[in-house]
Amino acid sequence: MEKAGSVPNKPGNPLWLLAEITYKCPLHCVFCYNPVDYTSYGQELTTEDWLRVLRQGREIGATQLGFSGGEPLVRDDLEILVAEARKLGYYSNLITSGVGLNEKRISAFKEGGLDHIQLSFQDSTKELNDFLSSTRTFDLKQKVAKLIKKHEYPMVLNCVLHRHNIDHVQQILEMAEAMEAEYVELANTQYYGWAYVNRDQLLPTREQLKRAEEVTNKFRERVGNKMRIYFVVPDYYENRPKACMNGWGSVFLTITADGLALPCHEARQLPGLNFPNVRDHDLRSIWYDSPGFNAYRGDAWMKEPCRTCPEKVKDFGGCRCQAYMLTGDATNADPVCDLSPHHRLVTDAVDKAQNPAPAVQVKPILFRDDRNSRALSKTPA
Amino acid sequence: MESAKPGMSDTAAFTDDTVFELQRHFRFQWEPAQQGFVLLYPEGMVKLPGSSGEIMKRIDGKSSVRTIVEDLNNTFPGADLRGDVIGFLEHVHGKGWIRPKQTG
Repeated sequence: MEKAGSVPNKPGNPLWLLAEITYKCPLHCVFCYNPVDYTSYGQELTTEDWLRVLRQGREIGATQLGFSGGEPLVRDDLEILVAEARKLGYYSNLITSGVGLNEKRISAFKEGGLDHIQLSFQDSTKELNDFLSSTRTFDLKQKVAKLIKKHEYPMVLNCVLHRHNIDHVQQILEMAEAMEAEYVELANTQYYGWAYVNRDQLLPTREQLKRAEEVTNKFRERVGNKMRIYFVVPDYYENRPKACMNGWGSVFLTITADGLALPCHEARQLPGLNFPNVRDHDLRSIWYDSPGFNAYRGDAWMKEPCRTCPEKVKDFGGCRCQAYMLTGDATNADPVCDLSPHHRLVTDAVDKAQNPAPAVQVKPILFRDDRNSRALSKTPA
Repeated sequence: MESAKPGMSDTAAFTDDTVFELQRHFRFQWEPAQQGFVLLYPEGMVKLPGSSGEIMKRIDGKSSVRTIVEDLNNTFPGADLRGDVIGFLEHVHGKGWIRPKQTG
């Protein structure tokens, strides 16, 4: 038998623990990566459950901790979790829309030792920000940005880009500069969850993308190191896949609101992996021994063209979830790769996106809310 | 004032009297699980194995470059580590992980 691949003897320790502490969210963003059927999930973990998870995560070496969701501020025990995280030695990051952040809470986070807050914006203009998140939050975000500065947190702005706001990159960057942002992530939408449902309405044209990158590069030259700008291209426009999660079960560990442990925040949708719940198992056994976390470690699971591809050590065959979503088989090459026999699935979507007419006229855009989630939960995944 | 190394860019320039501190929002700590020092910052981490950890440990906002070199030479006798220290400081200063001590 050809020995093309192997499972590594022992994987390294996780570095990132992403705690998606709730799927509740006051926003209803059309590009949210959360699972569309979140309303069908069970009970959220308790405070005690999370404290145990945090302890176990540190024991196996995780250093970076992300509090995310949903909107993590919805949980009123976040202050307790933040303080425990600091005691345990995590570098903790709050990934938030800012809705629910006020003087009292941010003071408690500061005192508890929260290291970093990443504030998301939908756009630089009030109208579009409010439309895309289907709520009135823009003014509030401006206030929150001031709170973040006042409490001497680094100002890290994240703006998810897509065809409805990508032409505003200049204004977005100017807004970020005015807020004295130190880091700005211009992250093009990745097509998972709600964003996948809305993909045809969100994928920008090639021309839009090119302009946005030019604007960003020019801006970068002007501001230099004072503001670090990251521009993430939508992978549909690449011809090699992203090294998703730096490899399956390699550094990244997500815990969902209802306690599932996943190698990435999208993996829940993959069939047959039966990911363990932290209510029943400890993180060490989950990380090292569970079949779900071992499923795509190493390269023994790979098919051609990945199996014999010299680039497999670089990109690990791309994203398993994207392979599954587009081809129905998670062991296929990520179709973003132009060596994939399914690459056409990506180029067809890109071709369709070149039509300058807003697709939103053709099909209504789906906001991430409970009603739409219940409707989407009815059809089995 | 003497320059630590001729031909350096202005942003990386420092002297033996320079006192460095960690960049704001950076944290340096020992990781038991990895048996090594790491530097943590927003959404990222670098491992600092061996001498890099030993140098970074001494960047405390109080010790000058000269003091750090002397301390290391005393702790690890046998070779003059000055060149290594200067090279490392240039590297991490260039990366923005440390900055000259801010006053006021």
